Amino acid sequence: MYALIDGNNFYVSCERVFRPSLIGRPVIVLSNNDGCAIARSNEARDLGIKMGAPWFQIKHLADTEGLVALSANFALYGDMSDRMMTLAAGLGPGQEIYSIDESFIKLDGVRGDLVVRARKVRERILQWTGIPCGVGIGVTKTLAKLANYVAKTAERKPGSYPAELGQVCDLTTMGKEQMEATFEATPVGEVWGVGRKIGAQLVEGGIKTVLDLARMDPATARRGWSVVLERTIREVQGTACIGFEDVPPTKREIACTRSFGRPVTELTGLIEAVTEFSSRAAEKLRRQGSHAGQVLCFIRTSPFRSDPQYSRSMSVPLLRPTADTALIADAALAGLRTIYRQGYNYAKAGVMLMDLQPDTVVQQELDLDEVTESDRSLLMSTMDRVNKRYGRGAILLASAGLQGENRSWAMRQERRTPQYTTRWEDMAVVRA
Amino acid sequence: MLQAPGSQAQIEPCLGGPSPLPVIGLSVCAIDVRIHAGFPSPAEDLGGKRIDVLEHLVKHPQATYQLKVRGESMREAGIFDGDVVLVDKAIRPRNGQIVVAVVDGDFTIKRLWQRAGRMKLLAANPTYPDITPKDGQEILIWGVVVASITVHKT
Repeated sequence: MYALIDGNNFYVSCERVFRPSLIGRPVIVLSNNDGCAIARSNEARDLGIKMGAPWFQIKHLADTEGLVALSANFALYGDMSDRMMTLAAGLGPGQEIYSIDESFIKLDGVRGDLVVRARKVRERILQWTGIPCGVGIGVTKTLAKLANYVAKTAERKPGSYPAELGQVCDLTTMGKEQMEATFEATPVGEVWGVGRKIGAQLVEGGIKTVLDLARMDPATARRGWSVVLERTIREVQGTACIGFEDVPPTKREIACTRSFGRPVTELTGLIEAVTEFSSRAAEKLRRQGSHAGQVLCFIRTSPFRSDPQYSRSMSVPLLRPTADTALIADAALAGLRTIYRQGYNYAKAGVMLMDLQPDTVVQQELDLDEVTESDRSLLMSTMDRVNKRYGRGAILLASAGLQGENRSWAMRQERRTPQYTTRWEDMAVVRA
Repeated sequence: MLQAPGSQAQIEPCLGGPSPLPVIGLSVCAIDVRIHAGFPSPAEDLGGKRIDVLEHLVKHPQATYQLKVRGESMREAGIFDGDVVLVDKAIRPRNGQIVVAVVDGDFTIKRLWQRAGRMKLLAANPTYPDITPKDGQEILIWGVVVASITVHKT
């Protein structure tokens, strides 16, 4: 049995904690480089702003409707998420953090009224962090997610579902009749795992509601679509098929990619960016205790502009699997120099580390050349600790550029609120 | 999370494990006595954990936030302009406590007066006015101040 708990309009809710004047106003949070809306308050949704709406298309609403648009403040959201997840874990004996604002909680063995318990945890999160949440409870993860959707929608749109299902919805205690009514009132596209394309195909085939989906034969689904859809249907029917991950598995590839705040034409700017991305990827690599055997570097122009298009990548093998930032950056830069061409407006670059293996296994190669590299893992871990203590960038590779946020390609964030909980200088002010 | 000025100190708990815990602390969690040869240290068995001031003050880490005070209205309560206050949103506000409230969309720090269903926000400085909610106005108490820190010039 599972619960799915997630924050309502999470990024906006985080902003409202420290800026109560935003409560009740239409607010959106913009993606990196202030491109499009990635979070909307209920008031913003009511204005018709869709998820992913490009900012330039809705900018006028700032004047006409008082829409407030904020740049993403991930330092803040990350900290608030941390707090929320720690409190949510109190709901049951196991937690799988699914995203920055959602987590599954395993409820096996939890006694007493689950709705009462879920309401208490929800209240605590609201009181302690200011973030309103929805909780869904089901015998499978898919049903928990569905219940969560019902809980959210019942609260947001009165009349969509019985009012008592608002905020916390428990499908496990529903009678057959009520469950079927709930399923019938829910479009099939809202089921976890049913994407837009499959949703459209299902509707075309006469499967419009979750009830229709629940009545499908799973074997037919597998033949007509995929084993993924079969699994989803079985989960909706009450058979758990999707596992629970308490501990996230180590990644098999680690990437760091960014779109630039402004197009970059010269190699120097790209060298800075690729060095930075290599460093960040190498940090993640060390954190999960891995070495990489291959480094991929790519650069590309923006497909959204009418500029001449160029997109290329190059994969560079490392002499020996490593997590050394300098060696990885060297490999990425070697790849960059090979693929760089003059005359293009580059909009995005990235570094990907592949062929990962545990750092406890050290593979030697046949030493025909004199070995000049020594093991610098102690240097790397020291660097990581200094950066952790004094902030990212306290120690860095010089070729990453020393201007921080003022680098030509740095992310554009013109409307970001202060990092209230992670930077001393950004603390919120209280008037005495 | 309180941090020393100019740094982003974050002390890891000694336990490993994947769930992130916002640890507030000024010191390492245990006195680690390691001696390779010679006498074992009596402190290994009988020693104690160094006092962690913030751990002692902060009862609800997930609900505790730090705010910077600007203004003079709480001087007589010992809270001064430039102080940092630790505010706990988990504590139910009671009469006489110093609280952070939301007034006209801004955070305000005052002493709470609460009796018989009525409430007022009292300044601790005779030259500053108290705040009384107007008819029907509801003033939200954001959190209770558990500590205030005056950093002296050194």
